[in-house]
Amino acid sequence: MTTEARDAYRQQFGGATTEGAEWLRALRTGAMTAFDTHGFPTTRNEDWHFTSPAPIIEAAFAPMMPALGTLTAADVEPFLVPGTEWATLVFVNGRYAPQLSRVEHLPDGVRVMNLASALLEEPTLVGAHLGSLARYDQQAFAFTALNTALLRDGAFLHVRQDTVVETPIHLVYLSDAGAEGGVSYPRNLIVVDRHAKATIIEQYGATGDARYFTNAVTEAVIADGATLTHYKVQREGRKAFHVGHIEATQGRDSHFISFSFATGAALSRNNIYTRLAGAGCGATLNGLYMLDGEQICDHQTSIEHAEPNCYSRELYKGVLDDSSHGVFNGKVYVHPVAQKTDGKQTNNTLLLSPRARIDTKPQLEIFADDVKCTHGATIGQLDDRMAFYLKSRGVGAESARQLLTYAFAADVLETIELEPLKGELEKSALERFVSK
Amino acid sequence: MSSAIEALVGKEYQHGFVTDIEADTIPPGLSEDVVRIISKKKNEPAFMLEWRLKAFRRWQQMTEPKWPNVTYEPINYQGVSYYSAPKTAKPLGSLDELDPKIKETYDKLGIPLHEQKLLAGVAVDAVFDSVSVGTTYKEELRKHGVIFCSFGEAVQEHPELIEKYLGSVVPYSDNYFAALNSAVFSDGSFVYIPKGVRCPMELSTYFRINAADTGQFERTLIVADEGAYVSYLEGCTAPKRSTNQLHAAVVEIVALDNASVKYSTVQNWYAGDEEGKGGIYNFVTKRGKAMTNSKISWTQVETGSAITWKYPSVILQGDNSTGEFYSVAVVNNRQQADTGTKMIHIGKNTKSNIVSKGISAGKGQNSYRGQVKVMPKAEGARNYTQCDSMLIGNACGAHTFPYIEAQNNTAIIEHEASTSKIGEDQIFYLKQRGMSAEHAVSMIVSGFCREVFKELPMEFALEAQQLLGISLEGSVG
Repeated sequence: MTTEARDAYRQQFGGATTEGAEWLRALRTGAMTAFDTHGFPTTRNEDWHFTSPAPIIEAAFAPMMPALGTLTAADVEPFLVPGTEWATLVFVNGRYAPQLSRVEHLPDGVRVMNLASALLEEPTLVGAHLGSLARYDQQAFAFTALNTALLRDGAFLHVRQDTVVETPIHLVYLSDAGAEGGVSYPRNLIVVDRHAKATIIEQYGATGDARYFTNAVTEAVIADGATLTHYKVQREGRKAFHVGHIEATQGRDSHFISFSFATGAALSRNNIYTRLAGAGCGATLNGLYMLDGEQICDHQTSIEHAEPNCYSRELYKGVLDDSSHGVFNGKVYVHPVAQKTDGKQTNNTLLLSPRARIDTKPQLEIFADDVKCTHGATIGQLDDRMAFYLKSRGVGAESARQLLTYAFAADVLETIELEPLKGELEKSALERFVSK
Repeated sequence: MSSAIEALVGKEYQHGFVTDIEADTIPPGLSEDVVRIISKKKNEPAFMLEWRLKAFRRWQQMTEPKWPNVTYEPINYQGVSYYSAPKTAKPLGSLDELDPKIKETYDKLGIPLHEQKLLAGVAVDAVFDSVSVGTTYKEELRKHGVIFCSFGEAVQEHPELIEKYLGSVVPYSDNYFAALNSAVFSDGSFVYIPKGVRCPMELSTYFRINAADTGQFERTLIVADEGAYVSYLEGCTAPKRSTNQLHAAVVEIVALDNASVKYSTVQNWYAGDEEGKGGIYNFVTKRGKAMTNSKISWTQVETGSAITWKYPSVILQGDNSTGEFYSVAVVNNRQQADTGTKMIHIGKNTKSNIVSKGISAGKGQNSYRGQVKVMPKAEGARNYTQCDSMLIGNACGAHTFPYIEAQNNTAIIEHEASTSKIGEDQIFYLKQRGMSAEHAVSMIVSGFCREVFKELPMEFALEAQQLLGISLEGSVG
């Protein structure tokens, strides 16, 4: 089965080899060779130990068909944050949909466009960074290799030195009914120059109930003193598969703030990696996953402290109901030179149902001595005493349960600085718990 | 502060001497014939040979695990002698006829093989290379129905117990090194505590590797029948040699209903020199099975060995059973340790508690690898894990790989870990109270390990404290 799937992907590649500039073709070929060499991972691969990618591989997705073209602004509306006029790029079935997008009110020094256009308009910048961050030459990164080999479109953002983009830039990836049985390869490149500042929301969703596969990769170059805030909102269709890979590299005194919100897809995997490659930088990686039914959601994060005097903060929370299965694998790696590293990592999971399952593996790998690193993980259910307290105040058992569950999740949502988005996600969390 | 501590660098491994004794050693190499020879030398019943051969055949199909976070030169399994026994030894526990040289060796190590008043609370089984050379207090223990003897003796005298329990916790197919051990193990200790008996004294096995180019493969089996209690200690040392020696042991503990077993180890195998030359490869499988209301507690102080690869585990099979793991692992120079525990919660209301303290110095690499697994039927399972690492010097590493897997929503699991160095401010504070830098460091380190040391029986706690001091000498600076 796996061999057939490999052949199918190899065939997809056959069509893509001739596209683009010479460096791009070399990149594609290199990635395809890596994929050919390593093949797909299985649960025997340590990075995929708790999540079997077999359902994705066996489904042998074909390249996604172009959008039906029937989506209107009204269909996109539910995915936007009400009351905001943010610059928005909409992609349908992996293809840029300019008629649904709006790119205006952005300050000078900010370039936002789809990647296919950027390949033509900014070949030097794109050529310098594309494929340079997101690692693919390992079996664990087979999906990243495929994305690199078969990338077609995505978003490109370049923020020039000292430019501050006040409003976020919203990327919306939708799959419509025509996505059935298809795979798309969104590929995003974000370059934030010295002392510049930007916020990105990367959202994935579906307008239909199709069974499709999103294989997304985002690379972010954060230069000295720059700040990038990245929100990932994964609300894919319930039959969909999602594998996302975000990889950032940070210059001196830069900041990377990432939030991953995951409630969608039958099976999803999110790699969020950052390399603190300059002294004095900071990384904050937070996330919330709320699952039910038979959903599987796997987060793998890596914070690599390569230089001294950096800090990292990580808080991931999960609420698992029914027979859902959550996985958290967080790694903090401290190089020998990275003295005075200050790292803190926490994973808390709430199991609401007797059949829910969580596998968590917070890892510390430390090679420097003058560091302060801690991690913690807890797994539990709602506290009876808290429920009792609420009951004694006249709150019904069911309401108390909902309230406490929401409070558990809201705790990490509180860390979102972008108020309208926070409101939107809080609403989404509340609806989820109260509607049941 | 550095000079005070460097002054102590001179001291080295104290137990590195060699006893010059004639030994009956079989030539290096491993084959079915070797397995047969060992079994024949031990005069074993047919079921034992059968079991060894099954293990050997399985081992041949297995590959050495690569996942531990350690690196070492490939082991040549054909270059090791699998059996070496002092020629003069009367193996079956006749202490009076013990070769004076061996007696002297143990005296030098501070392990009394004569039943004296001073350490009256501890019965010792002394294992020298591949065989047990003597067991003290056997008579005294027999009065209580406690069986404490070498494994070889147990096979002869209590084959029914061996057949029933051998491999019941660690099957021969468990892992590469357990399979190797099952095929070629030569001796070890056997303990059986009958129903409702509280073992009147501490039991202890002291392992000594003496011969060169041999491996030590011992097997310990402890069975605590319903309502029984035993505290068991294990100590180990080896001579200084420039080649690596393999030690692949298996320890199995069976705690039946309401029983309680406490197993303490002070592991001080030769760790190799500063350049990482020589030392013992310590690849050990330790596991206990806890039935209803029973308790198994592992305490270990790991200071020796070039490479340690060891995960004392508890299968919490019965309802209300408890598993505990307390560990101090110290690596200095080029030592590498990948150690931790596994707590598998199967029964209802099972509890486990893990406290792991790792100290890395020199160029040592210390990894904690632990698994807490709550199976779907383990209602009300509870785990608390704390693993702290301390780094001394900037060339060492400390790593934490906890695997936490919960499949039951009534489980409550907490895991905490921290990594830090000895603070200059802490040392400064103690110095200005009149303590030398060296004393300050040792005080901070022993404070760091206190939670684990307090679990050790007194004699061992003292030894552990001293060992810790020696292992870390020269590492602060």
